[in-house]
Amino acid sequence: MAQEVDWVYTDKVKEHFMNPHNFLTPEEDFKEDGKGVVGNVKCGDQMIMLIQVDSEKDVISDCRWKTYGCASAIASTSVLSDMVKGMILERAFTISPKDITRELGELPEHKIHCSVLGDKALRAAINDYYRRTGQKDRVREEQAKTVCQCMNVTDKEIEEAVLEGARTYLELQEHTKLGTVCGQCKDEALELLAKYTKEHFG
Amino acid sequence: MEERRVYLDNNATTPLHPKVQEALKKAMHIYGNASSYHSFGREAAQRIDEARENTASFIGAKPGEIIFTGSGSEANNTVLNIFSWTCAREEYCFPGGKELITSEIEHPCIMETSKCLHARGTQVAYIPVDEYGRINMKALKGTISSSTGLISIMLANNEIGTLQDIREVSRIAHKNDVLVHTDAVQAMGKIPVDVNDLKVDFLSMSGHKIYGPKGVGVLYVRKGTPFCPLIRGGHQEQGRRAGTENTLGITGLNAAVCTCRDEMNEYVPLIRKMRDALRFGIEERIPDIRINSHPAECLPNTLNVSFDGAEGESILLYLDLEGIAVSTGSACSSGSLDPSHVLLATGLEPEQAHGSIRFSLGRENTEEDIGYVLKKLPPIIEKIRGMSAAYGEQT
Repeated sequence: MAQEVDWVYTDKVKEHFMNPHNFLTPEEDFKEDGKGVVGNVKCGDQMIMLIQVDSEKDVISDCRWKTYGCASAIASTSVLSDMVKGMILERAFTISPKDITRELGELPEHKIHCSVLGDKALRAAINDYYRRTGQKDRVREEQAKTVCQCMNVTDKEIEEAVLEGARTYLELQEHTKLGTVCGQCKDEALELLAKYTKEHFG
Repeated sequence: MEERRVYLDNNATTPLHPKVQEALKKAMHIYGNASSYHSFGREAAQRIDEARENTASFIGAKPGEIIFTGSGSEANNTVLNIFSWTCAREEYCFPGGKELITSEIEHPCIMETSKCLHARGTQVAYIPVDEYGRINMKALKGTISSSTGLISIMLANNEIGTLQDIREVSRIAHKNDVLVHTDAVQAMGKIPVDVNDLKVDFLSMSGHKIYGPKGVGVLYVRKGTPFCPLIRGGHQEQGRRAGTENTLGITGLNAAVCTCRDEMNEYVPLIRKMRDALRFGIEERIPDIRINSHPAECLPNTLNVSFDGAEGESILLYLDLEGIAVSTGSACSSGSLDPSHVLLATGLEPEQAHGSIRFSLGRENTEEDIGYVLKKLPPIIEKIRGMSAAYGEQT
């Protein structure tokens, strides 16, 4: 090559994509204390997260993952798996996609949604651990709240739309069909639009 | 990392043929405006005339039926847009108010324009396709009515390579006094294309898919067919497409058309042989795949394959790290969450479409290239499947 060409993502993404850390291999008999499965292969991404917990210290001692997804999904899960080792459960539960992308350097805006499965799967695995160990009071489920009653659109779907690139009310409507019947949810939808935009891209 | 670079994305674009590069270098000094009467202008005009003649003869048309455009997309946009207009100013204008019939697997420049026409009030019908992307002729016949004005069906699909029976489309259309447009951008240089054999009224092609330069396309308009310029403000292209002619681009296109004409018969069989070797090699080495391209009615250079449990962008980027260039119908490469509309139209499940890879060969590929891909691809698929949450038995 006459001129060095940049790879499509950052070097750190490339490094984790080429040599992903901590993914589950069939050879290894990994005994997990908690397991989370999220996503849907129909949407192009699905993830399994397994954690081992040091119950004395309330710390994630080890983890493994499997994912069906693009380079960003693989790299962000790999980097997340490094981040959580040795982390106390309470802190691990609050990891956001932004924390992961910060660790990775950077992801293009349209790829942010590829990195949101990891932290979701992690929270699901932590909740699973709490359930398995009789700590039901510590379980915190993510509950979707219906914003648009007419079209049955939830706050989670609004968040998804923002991650897919919706920035205006019109774009939000194109993604979700929200507010296309009675229109009463407009103010709440606009607030959520601003909130999620700030959260993920602010 | 190995130094070998293998370009298998010739449906996206092709490298300039050495003869095209030569022609471009020789024409770089020509700057006259082809509309000018002085010698500078005539020098440019002669190049354009020559290109028009060669392009016309390449597709069995007359020079007066060739309009040079800025791209294949512009040629496609022109036909769809002007057909829906009602305009009483010009003699040969479309009557307007008519309906459009197209297919579910057209190029985005037809799909998006169709959506836009629909929003502006034109009725648009999309003909469904079978599992390999062949349009349903019965549905086409059933959809045509006295209000149909134009049928636009691509000759060869860019993603899976499937060929359509445009002759039959034209026969059905003309029996009903309906005009036919075919997007032949992907077919040119890969299969013989003759407008009198296909009996089409409009045909679009592009320079950069046939080893010519980017930024130049062609719209064929059969003599006597209604036409109304999309781009106005100049008498260029017989008053059919305003804008100072892209002399250099058109000169390059001319060289590309001439080399296609002279060399196609030589390299197309070789490309087909390599494509088949790639197909059999993949089938032999990798389990749980689906060939999405039609087994027979397919471009000789195109192979579209879905790999279960492996996501397309990951495959593409691991191949890229080995110097191999392909493309994917996965959503992740496009920035949306929806995978290829073409693959979905053939009835593929979204997860299969997300795992699809298009290999498109060209005249510069060698058997060594195919051997290299067949060596590199299986471990990549195995690696991705190994960490996939959607392949094999899960814990």
